[in-house]
Amino acid sequence: MGRLSLRFVALGYLGLLIIGPLAMMVLRTTEDLDGAWAAITDPNTVAAFKLTLLVTVIAVAVNTVFGIVCALVIVRGNIRGRGFLNAFVDLPLSLSPVIVGFSLVALYGANGWLGWFQRNGYEIIFSTPSIVLASIFVTLPFVAREVVPTLREIGTEQEQAAQTLGASGWQTFWRITLPSIRWAVVYGVVLTAARSIGEYGAVAIVSGNIEGVTQTATLRVEDAYQFAYGNYAPAYGISFVLAATAILVLLLMIVLQPKESRH
Amino acid sequence: MGFVTTFLFVIVVLPIAAIVWTSTGSGWSGFWEVVSSPQAVAALKLTMILSTLAVLTTAVFGTIIAWVLVRDSFRGKSVVNAIIDLPFALPTIVAGLVIMALYGPRTPIDVTIGSFQFDANLTFTRGAIYVALLFVALPFVVRTVQPVLIELDQELEDAAKSLGASNLATFRRVVLPGILPGILSGVAMAFARAVGEIGAIVLIAGNLPFKTEVASIHLFYRIEQDPEGSAAVAVVLLALSFTVLLGIGALRWLVTRHERG
Repeated sequence: MGRLSLRFVALGYLGLLIIGPLAMMVLRTTEDLDGAWAAITDPNTVAAFKLTLLVTVIAVAVNTVFGIVCALVIVRGNIRGRGFLNAFVDLPLSLSPVIVGFSLVALYGANGWLGWFQRNGYEIIFSTPSIVLASIFVTLPFVAREVVPTLREIGTEQEQAAQTLGASGWQTFWRITLPSIRWAVVYGVVLTAARSIGEYGAVAIVSGNIEGVTQTATLRVEDAYQFAYGNYAPAYGISFVLAATAILVLLLMIVLQPKESRH
Repeated sequence: MGFVTTFLFVIVVLPIAAIVWTSTGSGWSGFWEVVSSPQAVAALKLTMILSTLAVLTTAVFGTIIAWVLVRDSFRGKSVVNAIIDLPFALPTIVAGLVIMALYGPRTPIDVTIGSFQFDANLTFTRGAIYVALLFVALPFVVRTVQPVLIELDQELEDAAKSLGASNLATFRRVVLPGILPGILSGVAMAFARAVGEIGAIVLIAGNLPFKTEVASIHLFYRIEQDPEGSAAVAVVLLALSFTVLLGIGALRWLVTRHERG
């Protein structure tokens, strides 16, 4: 096959699989803009977006700290099992979100090993803590995965120089290490946020899906679709907001990527 | 170090241990009874077959797309390049809705010529699941093959062609050996993702037992009524998926043997 026919195949495939469906979705949303807008401004939708935002902020904060420390241990640490740790951090990527959610129920549910909390009024499952735990679980690898190769690349010369000149470990980290990995961290944060906002399977199992309370944005879309009774404007409207967020994330990724390779 | 292991233990290891423990709740016979039930077997089989088909398709088209993005040049290429990541950035439930917009009940692809009628409405069919899996799998293959192709010297390709090799021969003898490890890594990630996928599937599949019920959805609707049985199915799904991932890893090890000497 020549260059032109390959280009045709590639673009045709993308057109049928991604561009066509996305264009149709935008078209469907514009068919009933009033209905879509009403669904987006519904108090329960607003509450769902707020919950998604809260959970995402917590997941991003926790996994940024964890990701950086974990990457430092993998690359700079002086212990055995670093290779194992490196592989283990990726594990959540190979687990079905359904299994992630289910495993949290098995652990924190009323009959689980840590069911004491659930039985004594400190609700974890069917409440915000479980949504946070699920989001942290599924987004665990992203920051670490981005920071590890960058840390390897920058080497230890500058850090050693700083320490020779009398900087403490803490100072070296803040003044030397962190500035050189910052774009990798930011890129990892963007990926973490995107996944956390979009998580469905794990959250659907643990959250209880209570309207206005434990219903996240993605669960709201599912509800709007299941109870559409022929009126799909609400589902498309809320999806449109999420899709717009995803496209914003994409743009951020494009802006950040060149800096990533420039260093 | 203590922080990292403690964190991983609490967030990942404990929950997974709890699910494995739950699966043993009704003994070995109970475990086997659930796992070998016709509906569970059908769901697990469907998951493995559809994931394999979708990932193989993605390996072919993903490689073509990566090649076009690296070696070809045309207007709007950077936009096309950006679109590749969309399935990754888009919430899966929205991905399902997006696919349904074109391949759902109101599909605009609807051709009637005389008595011949064709429309692209895939709702409640296995075809819908296949398309959803193609959608989520694509970035994994393209994004692992792309950097490898950039590294691969184009002069080698040009040399092969100037020595009279056909396009196909050049691809098979020069390009493919270089990018195969990349394809396999992408395939492994795409497979892991496809096996566990639920968000993109749940709305369009219809979840009909024996027909369009994949393992993740089978689990999804049973966890509350039958936690022990569901845990057993979950453990089998994990085992199956890790076996395939190990197999791909072994294959990758084989094809990169010469690099390690």
